[in-house]
Amino acid sequence: MAGAPTLACVLTIDQATYDAIVAHAKRDHPDECCGIVAGPEGSDRPERLVEMVNAAGSPTFYEFDSAELLDLYKQMWANDEEPVVVYHSHTATEAYPSRTDIGLASEPNAHYVLVSTRHWAEARDETGDGNNDAPIEFRSYSIVDGEVTEEEISVVPARPAP
Amino acid sequence: MSIEVRIPTILRTYTGGEKAVTAEGASLAALIDDLEANHPGIKERLIEDKNGADTLRRFVNVYINDEDVRFMGSLEAELSDGDQVVVLPAVAGGSN
Repeated sequence: MAGAPTLACVLTIDQATYDAIVAHAKRDHPDECCGIVAGPEGSDRPERLVEMVNAAGSPTFYEFDSAELLDLYKQMWANDEEPVVVYHSHTATEAYPSRTDIGLASEPNAHYVLVSTRHWAEARDETGDGNNDAPIEFRSYSIVDGEVTEEEISVVPARPAP
Repeated sequence: MSIEVRIPTILRTYTGGEKAVTAEGASLAALIDDLEANHPGIKERLIEDKNGADTLRRFVNVYINDEDVRFMGSLEAELSDGDQVVVLPAVAGGSN
């Protein structure tokens, strides 16, 4: 990696997709949720949200089911798509990649989105209100060869035209 | 014998950027040895040593004609001419 400066990237994502990822994280809490947003190969445009089942069904681990993983990739290959965003939630810790996340990250071109439901869940447990306004952390990273770089996130009203 | 092997993005550094390569072997273990002969370094990414025996890495999925090899004998899974092999790293992680 010598010589190549790390350039901060920006994840541009539309509001509806952003909201759907947050809703997925809340719905699956206290387990971690996971999924991807596919987009045309090389476009860096997250367009098609695919919610995946967490086959691990765990509050501290996620894994796509192996048969569903193959189906997903075959769909993307058929559509000339790639995973632009790979997302999952942390349900009791901050929205920062864990050592496990970093060690297993295998899409060097993807934006790894982490959502944390911890503050929302605390507020819900205190007030009984699942629609509370506690902040949901939503952060994005590139993870390449074990190196994590946080990215800016730009949430746009609708997907920008190609 | 010719078997098409689909290579995931993260391993394309070993295949000169190719998304798919052809290889041969009557079993998955033999196929991976053949891949290694032409794309040195790739075997280490697929296989680990567990108690002196080669084992498919826990977070690497390999499919033969759309079936996960873990249900077909793993490295002993048999291959025939024209089979399609897909390698996909697991999408996994978590806070622990």
